[in-house]
Amino acid sequence: MTLLAHLPPLQMVLPLMAGPVCLLLGRPRLCAVWALAVAGACLAIALTLLGQILDTGVISYHVGGWEPPWGIELRLDALSGLMLSLVSAIAVVVLLYAPASVRHEIPADRQGLFYTLFLLNLAGLLGMCTTGDAFNLFVFLEISSLSTYTLVSLGRGRSALRAAYVYLVLGTVGATFYVIGLGLLYMITGTLNMVDLAQHLVNADNPRTLLVGAGFVVVGLSIKLALFPLHKWLPGAYTHAPSVVSAFMAATGTKVALYVLLRLAFTVLAPSFSALHLPHPVTVEGMALILGLTGMISASVSAFLQTDLKRMLAYSSVAQIGLMVAGAALLTPTSVTGSLVHLINHAVLKATVFLALGGVLMRLGSVRLEDLAGAGRRLPLTMGAFLLGALSLVGIPGTAGFIGKWTLLLAALEQDRWGVAVLIGAGSLLTLAYVWRVVEVAWLRPAPAQAARVPEIPLSMLVPLGVVGVANLVFGVYTAPTLGLARAASTALLGGATP
Amino acid sequence: MSVLAWIVATPLLGAVLIALARRPFTRDLTLLLIALATLAQVLPLISPVLAGERPAVTLATVMPGIDITLSVEPLGLIFALVASILWVVASLYAIGYVRANALPAPKRFHACFALAIGAALGVALADNLFTLFLFYETLTLTTYPLVTHGGSPEAVRAGRVYLGILLSTSIGLFLLGIVWVFSLTGRLDFVPGGLLNGVIEGPALAVLLGLFVFGIGKAALMPVHRWLPAAMVAPAPVSALLHAVAVVKAGVFTVLKVIVYTFGPDLLANTPAAHWLMYVAGFSVIAASLIAWRQDNLKARLAYSTISQLAYIVLGASLFVPAALTGAAVHLVAHAFAKITLFFAAGAITTATGMTRVSQMNGLGRRLPWTMAFFSIAALSMIGVPPTAGFVSKWLLLGGAFDAQAWVAVGVLILSTVLNAAYFLPIVHAAWFRPPSADPPDDDSHEAHGAHAHGAVSRTGEAPFLLLLAMGLSTLGVGALFVWPDLPVALARSLP
Repeated sequence: MTLLAHLPPLQMVLPLMAGPVCLLLGRPRLCAVWALAVAGACLAIALTLLGQILDTGVISYHVGGWEPPWGIELRLDALSGLMLSLVSAIAVVVLLYAPASVRHEIPADRQGLFYTLFLLNLAGLLGMCTTGDAFNLFVFLEISSLSTYTLVSLGRGRSALRAAYVYLVLGTVGATFYVIGLGLLYMITGTLNMVDLAQHLVNADNPRTLLVGAGFVVVGLSIKLALFPLHKWLPGAYTHAPSVVSAFMAATGTKVALYVLLRLAFTVLAPSFSALHLPHPVTVEGMALILGLTGMISASVSAFLQTDLKRMLAYSSVAQIGLMVAGAALLTPTSVTGSLVHLINHAVLKATVFLALGGVLMRLGSVRLEDLAGAGRRLPLTMGAFLLGALSLVGIPGTAGFIGKWTLLLAALEQDRWGVAVLIGAGSLLTLAYVWRVVEVAWLRPAPAQAARVPEIPLSMLVPLGVVGVANLVFGVYTAPTLGLARAASTALLGGATP
Repeated sequence: MSVLAWIVATPLLGAVLIALARRPFTRDLTLLLIALATLAQVLPLISPVLAGERPAVTLATVMPGIDITLSVEPLGLIFALVASILWVVASLYAIGYVRANALPAPKRFHACFALAIGAALGVALADNLFTLFLFYETLTLTTYPLVTHGGSPEAVRAGRVYLGILLSTSIGLFLLGIVWVFSLTGRLDFVPGGLLNGVIEGPALAVLLGLFVFGIGKAALMPVHRWLPAAMVAPAPVSALLHAVAVVKAGVFTVLKVIVYTFGPDLLANTPAAHWLMYVAGFSVIAASLIAWRQDNLKARLAYSTISQLAYIVLGASLFVPAALTGAAVHLVAHAFAKITLFFAAGAITTATGMTRVSQMNGLGRRLPWTMAFFSIAALSMIGVPPTAGFVSKWLLLGGAFDAQAWVAVGVLILSTVLNAAYFLPIVHAAWFRPPSADPPDDDSHEAHGAHAHGAVSRTGEAPFLLLLAMGLSTLGVGALFVWPDLPVALARSLP
């Protein structure tokens, strides 16, 4: 009982404390097992917490026994539960896959460091999803960001360093913006607890400070989640990071940033913003919608122009984030549900394609389009998983990616927003265009004559890849865990928006 | 598992077995047995359906209100019967064709073929728009490897057109239409009399109809027809069964199904704004015939003929009266048997002689008497001459057009008959009554068997036996449908 009551802090403290242990363990193999065990424990905790939340409602944990708003509150609702489960499940899959891939891509003396940083990153991400305190959130944001910068720099070659540096600079700008904004909000209200903040902001008599503060917070977070046009750091970072890091970042990093944005926008800012008077046609959700859709289309076009597949998928991530933001900006229960279910499914499918590319990089030595000729024949299982993820990305019915697109289309038509619906369709078609280039090259172009026969990727990589690959099909037909959770989470989120 | 689920699952299972088969003989035998097993499961559905039963099975609930459900009703049964009967015939042909032409990767070919048939049967048995859409997209994706089977740059380009048009229409328009229907009614199942009756009216209805009719790109209504000629780079059995029967019929079948069960003919008949469909279909009939006339490549001519004939079916559906809908459903069957024979013959001609163009076919009747006999009978059916299946369906379509007092449609049907004759009869005439032309290699012999002496391109003798057998069976079907049209007509008349 006592342990059960303390699960919320344990969720992020466990990986935070376990991370540095890897440095002491030394041997990479030992570190891998340790990290996997920790991630597995995190998943168990997350699922237990999710069960509790669905049974009894919001969990509020007071750190050190200090009552909020004075102490730090950990506040878990259905959305937090969903994010915790998603992040830790992806972590387990990625860590299962990691040992073989890491051995191939990262020098032996830095592998211990890799596992340490990975666990710290996990701690930061899980922390962001548990905390109910806006400043505490900043701390976790920095923990995850700092570890990610370093993880990116573990990639091969000087370009990884450069990408990590760009990411560091932009990420720090984002974090700084967040703190400045939060400072302004603190100036008006004198509190940092999210729920308390929301209540005080409604009564605040200084709308200009509120507007500026909120602007800083939102822009800072938009950098973190790579919302168009603040996405420039992302393609480089995804491209040059080690394969496992790309997969984990793509599946969880930006998703958690999106979670934070939604949390602050709906729980903290929405009540007071509805009272603000912006000049007539301008609305906050209107701006988010336009940015989201523009990002979706422009990033899809950019993806089409890439020849490096990791970079192509990175732009694809920017596009899909745009879609999720646009979905949330429609502000209806259906649209927020669609946005969240797409968040889950996109995490699954992006993990699939990035992990598959990790296998391709390992066996063929390159993920450039022209080097993939005949890859479908040479690595049938790996590329088969890639195809599953790619079809899911396009949104073919029967795959996970379809569920989110369907729900978002439905949400758009329910509001008679034909333009949005047509753009969502157009986004899918652009996705088809850039994905199918890969299919053509990998299956229809013969392998170069001097190409040696390569074995399939090792079983330790193939199994987790297969799990996420098949998950694309399972979640395309059996949607109770994804859509059901997303619906509960969207109710939790919108419950805060309607005063 | 229910019978309906097994009908869809059998070809899928077959695909796996074919992929696992080690020897060519086991592979071919598996293919044939699977095709027969599928047919054996479809046939027993006839009498319950005629008796008014509508068995159904729900396989999964994807989202609230959105199920994967299979059921059988008269129209679906017609399509399922056509697909499964002709699959048996086409299997014989495919086995012979793959062997005679030494096609590369035969296992992949046969397996994808079986998958495509499974998807087509799924379309036939779909109980709601979501299930239909699921199998519709599966059909597109499983036929893509068949279209690009050759792997040449030309095939890759054709595959791009194929996939590009089919998926962009289905995602961009069809899906949008389905979501629209769902947002209006909260359900997607097929309801006798029409799901949308009383829900939507006026110009919005006409727009929604457009989303469906053009979104269902497989129906190849102009201007979304370009994928069909592109798909002709595929090997002959694919063109025959898939691009004359399974894929395109899945398209017009979906159009019929949507008009009958989603919109409801009465609703459309009472909405003047929805009558544009007749003109578009009529235009497609005439324009495609005119283009077919000018094609020299035999398969391209047949492809444009298919586009024109598919538009007949849409034209019949667009009159929104029961008699014309019956004609449309029967034409779906009649065209399937005749067109598959024509494509079989085209493939047999290429296999036996290497010829692909109409202008090379002078005097071919003497070299390939059987093939050209089958070809001629099927061509007569396309024109609508008795005693062939084409006559029956054209008669019913004309009757429907008179019934609806749609004089434009009557005119289109008559004019197109003339055009059909204009592009088919010259081939028949040339094959039987012109002397063999000497131009391919330099050969001076013009007597009966002289062509046998031709060089590398022209091989000697008739097409292989399996090809002839398949053609004979499908030609038999063309004749039998004239003598005994009762079953398809009875099924089509029991449509609500």
